[in-house]
Amino acid sequence: MESNQIIELFYFFEDSFIGQYIRGSTWLFPIIESFHLLGLAVLGGSVVLGDFRLMGFILKTASTGYVVKQTRTWFKLGFCLLVLTGVPLFLSEAVKCYYSRAFWIKMICLVIGIAFTFLVRNPLVLKNQEGKLIPLLGFSSFSLWTVVAASGRWIGFS
Amino acid sequence: MLDFAEWLATTQWSIALHESLYLYPWIESSHVLFICLFFGTLIFVDLRLTGKVFTNLSISRMNKGILPLTIVGFCLMSLTGLLLFYAIPVRNYQNIFFRIKIFLILLAGLNALFFHKRMSKEAKKWDTDSLIPNRMKVSAVASLFTWSLVIISGRLIAYNWFDCDRQPQSEWINFLTSCVVEYQLYEEIDGI
Repeated sequence: MESNQIIELFYFFEDSFIGQYIRGSTWLFPIIESFHLLGLAVLGGSVVLGDFRLMGFILKTASTGYVVKQTRTWFKLGFCLLVLTGVPLFLSEAVKCYYSRAFWIKMICLVIGIAFTFLVRNPLVLKNQEGKLIPLLGFSSFSLWTVVAASGRWIGFS
Repeated sequence: MLDFAEWLATTQWSIALHESLYLYPWIESSHVLFICLFFGTLIFVDLRLTGKVFTNLSISRMNKGILPLTIVGFCLMSLTGLLLFYAIPVRNYQNIFFRIKIFLILLAGLNALFFHKRMSKEAKKWDTDSLIPNRMKVSAVASLFTWSLVIISGRLIAYNWFDCDRQPQSEWINFLTSCVVEYQLYEEIDGI
């Protein structure tokens, strides 16, 4: 897909009904963004608990598998809330996002983060709970999600 | 208070923060990350109390493992929050969402105080009984609810549609935000 096709697509998103509706309201964008932030906190909490356990900082008496199992439901819940609120936020300012470097960094890290969490981190931890690579998995996951959150916040500044 | 906020705004560091191109966004981004650390870990402490997660771990072990992170998150979040306030003191002081947020933080603080008082007395009992008193469950849910509202009102500070400069506002809004409105000016404008 050529870049002018992508930008056309982003214009199409911005002109969508939801995009226009949110832009037309004073308080809709801020309210949706507030819930986006709550979703981030839920996801962030699961990431912190899971990854800090993998790195061996907290809850050492519980197994790594147990902590991952206990947090992954909340991870998914936070993620759903983030997507449900994130998509309308994006639709309301898609063209601005297209020109925002932070947006692209966030999206790339988000895709890597999701793939890493569900295809690498969780299966590996549940299979081999005390391996030498476990702390590295925790560190990688924590770094990835920190970049996602921080670059996401940065979209607002660009 | 308004005088104090106005004085803060004239201090050198406040102006520097306010005008800095990168420092302010950096502080705000880290504020968000520390919110995740604070509230994200608190969610699990509260959920444990309601018996929804980590039921294999005793409450005291769970708190011992996680609360230090929550406290670190709280300190860093407060520090960055204070800096954000310091960068724009007058506007924040007169911001209705900021005022709601401070009020809610006080409520959440009282709830936490009540909670810890009970917990330090009875935590061991809960560990062995595996039965948490309903009052504590209510306190845990109240904590989740109040802090969520703190985060929501905090996010709305940046979008204040009741800003003192956006007049006319209803009288009670101006009262709640201590806005000093020169009505005469508006009357004159209306007259034109």
